[in-house]
Amino acid sequence: MRHATASFEFSERVGRAVHLAVCGAVLVFLVAPMLVVIPLSFNAEPYFTFTEGMLRLDSDAYSLRWYRGVVEGAEWRLALVNSIVIGVAATAIATTLGVLAALGLANPAMPGRGFVTSLLISPMVTPIIISAAGMFFFYSKLGIAQTHLGVILAHAVFGTPFVVISVTATLVGFDQNLVKAGASLGGGPFLVFRRIQLPLIAPGVISGALFAFAASFDEVVAVLFLGGLQQRTVPRQMWTGIREEISPEILAVATFLVMLALILLGTVEWLRGRASTKPGNAD
Amino acid sequence: MARPLRGARLRAVALTLPLVAFVAVTFIAPLGSMLVRSFYEPHVADALPRTLAALRAWDGSSVPSEDTFRILATELRWLDEQRKLGAVATRVNRLESGMRSTIMDTADALSSAEPGSWREAMIARDPIWEEPSAWLAVRRAGERYTMRHYLNALDLDRDPSGNIVAQSPDRRIYLPLLLRTLGVSLAITIICLILGYPVAYLIANASPARSNLLLLLVLVPFWTSLLVRTTSWIVLLQNQGVVNDLLVAAGVIGEDGRLALVYNMVGTLVAMTQVLLPFMILPLYAVMRSISPTYLRAASSLGATFRQGFVRVYWPQSLPGVAAGSLLVFILSIGYYITPALVGGRTGQLISNMIAYHMQESLNWGLAAALGVILLVTVMSLYLVYNRLVGIERMRLS
Repeated sequence: MRHATASFEFSERVGRAVHLAVCGAVLVFLVAPMLVVIPLSFNAEPYFTFTEGMLRLDSDAYSLRWYRGVVEGAEWRLALVNSIVIGVAATAIATTLGVLAALGLANPAMPGRGFVTSLLISPMVTPIIISAAGMFFFYSKLGIAQTHLGVILAHAVFGTPFVVISVTATLVGFDQNLVKAGASLGGGPFLVFRRIQLPLIAPGVISGALFAFAASFDEVVAVLFLGGLQQRTVPRQMWTGIREEISPEILAVATFLVMLALILLGTVEWLRGRASTKPGNAD
Repeated sequence: MARPLRGARLRAVALTLPLVAFVAVTFIAPLGSMLVRSFYEPHVADALPRTLAALRAWDGSSVPSEDTFRILATELRWLDEQRKLGAVATRVNRLESGMRSTIMDTADALSSAEPGSWREAMIARDPIWEEPSAWLAVRRAGERYTMRHYLNALDLDRDPSGNIVAQSPDRRIYLPLLLRTLGVSLAITIICLILGYPVAYLIANASPARSNLLLLLVLVPFWTSLLVRTTSWIVLLQNQGVVNDLLVAAGVIGEDGRLALVYNMVGTLVAMTQVLLPFMILPLYAVMRSISPTYLRAASSLGATFRQGFVRVYWPQSLPGVAAGSLLVFILSIGYYITPALVGGRTGQLISNMIAYHMQESLNWGLAAALGVILLVTVMSLYLVYNRLVGIERMRLS
């Protein structure tokens, strides 16, 4: 009996070790691409692999030349300005409309909620090539293809599902009595929203806005179909770079984008931590 | 009671309405516009109205009358003068290859002629005008409402008498591609499940601090730009890339035996699996977190081995997460475009890439739209299943 227990424990321990090894390998697989890009962006040579000098940690093997190329390149600068302008405008539209819609959907009196929710989420699950092709046909007819406005509207509608989902999540635990209390004390709907609801759902609003911004900042297909030379964004510029001749400048931009992702992720996680400890949340 | 309820309902609708209207105009209307394009083709019908009217009385197998020849020649000449002939010729050419040059040549030859017989002049210029197939192509290109893009997208064709027949096997393109896309998506879903399940299990059963750290490792790639991740796979997998260098250094392969890991199906599979893995891990984790560890302990105290306990107790409870994650990954991979376009080379392309090709290069927008509608219907049916099974409201972002 004792022998049997020992062998059971042994096989369990082996099983656990195998499990950990598999998980370690999968996590490396998930993260490795980002870890490789960052050091290679400092490569002094135009290669995409670690040179012997880099492996010896020879300081001559590292350089900032690709970063200089990006910073001094007029095309990259225009792309960055475009990405920011389009991203901010699309996020503003998506957030305003998304927050209002989420407030409406959270109301138990809302008719046809399931259908409306699926409709509002559909831009997120529709294959991007289909949305972009349809937008190309329709926006051309409206005369807003090849304009900033066209790209902004496309990115705004791609961003709205993120806002709706994340604001809805913060509203799930929202105590509706607070609104009634505010109203019974004489607050109008707008005052109640601004002073009571908005502060409580703020983490969800900001997370949703960050998601929408990140989605716009990474979107390339709608820009390919709807944007002209004047609407080139950072991802659009990277797309050309990857397709034509992949230069290490791309890795420098990629490193910048990884940093941006870390900042956005950090902010969202911080907000999530705050949201779960905030007052007025029923759970 | 009725009045305040109605007020609340009105307020809820009023709050939702702006976004519903916005989505309708910026998103649903474009999809509708694509749907219309997939079956409505006014171009040739508007360009050759009198020819098409004359061909309506034609039997489809003999050489058309002198009158029909004259009308077509007149319309072609007029279009040539208006510089609108190229677009018409291209559209007829899609139904019968060679017709583009035939039409352009014929219009050119007749530009200033006043022949005694148009029929003889045109046949002398290009004997194809004696074949019914040329005229059938003109007639079919002139159908204002047409199913031909769908037939084309499903590798079907019409024979001269109008029956729907399958394309000859060597000309079938789209159905095999659609099947390949479904096959690749299924493979990616299974790989993601096999890789993601143990990780989700580890995160769900770790201490809170460790679980948060591990979740961050899953979320970092989720937040990182898709283009960045795709770029890094090129860097890792290319011929002179990191993976091949490591394999050579380790002596697994020789310097001249470097593996082709990118710009083919391998590249598409590896990069898409990495990109979609978080979409598997997160729903799995959400379900596993709610499975109490006491069940497994109870099973083992009743004498079950770990494997028995896992198969009979844990796995069934984790099935909702398996379903949610698998459906999500499958839905996302069917419509994937960017990653295959960048790392798929010639052999690793999926149906979305074919739509992009017809949108941007062949400029056969009707066919692109029909393929798009077929893909959209596939994805939307799966989305409805997902909605039934998981509930879209329960979709979480973090």
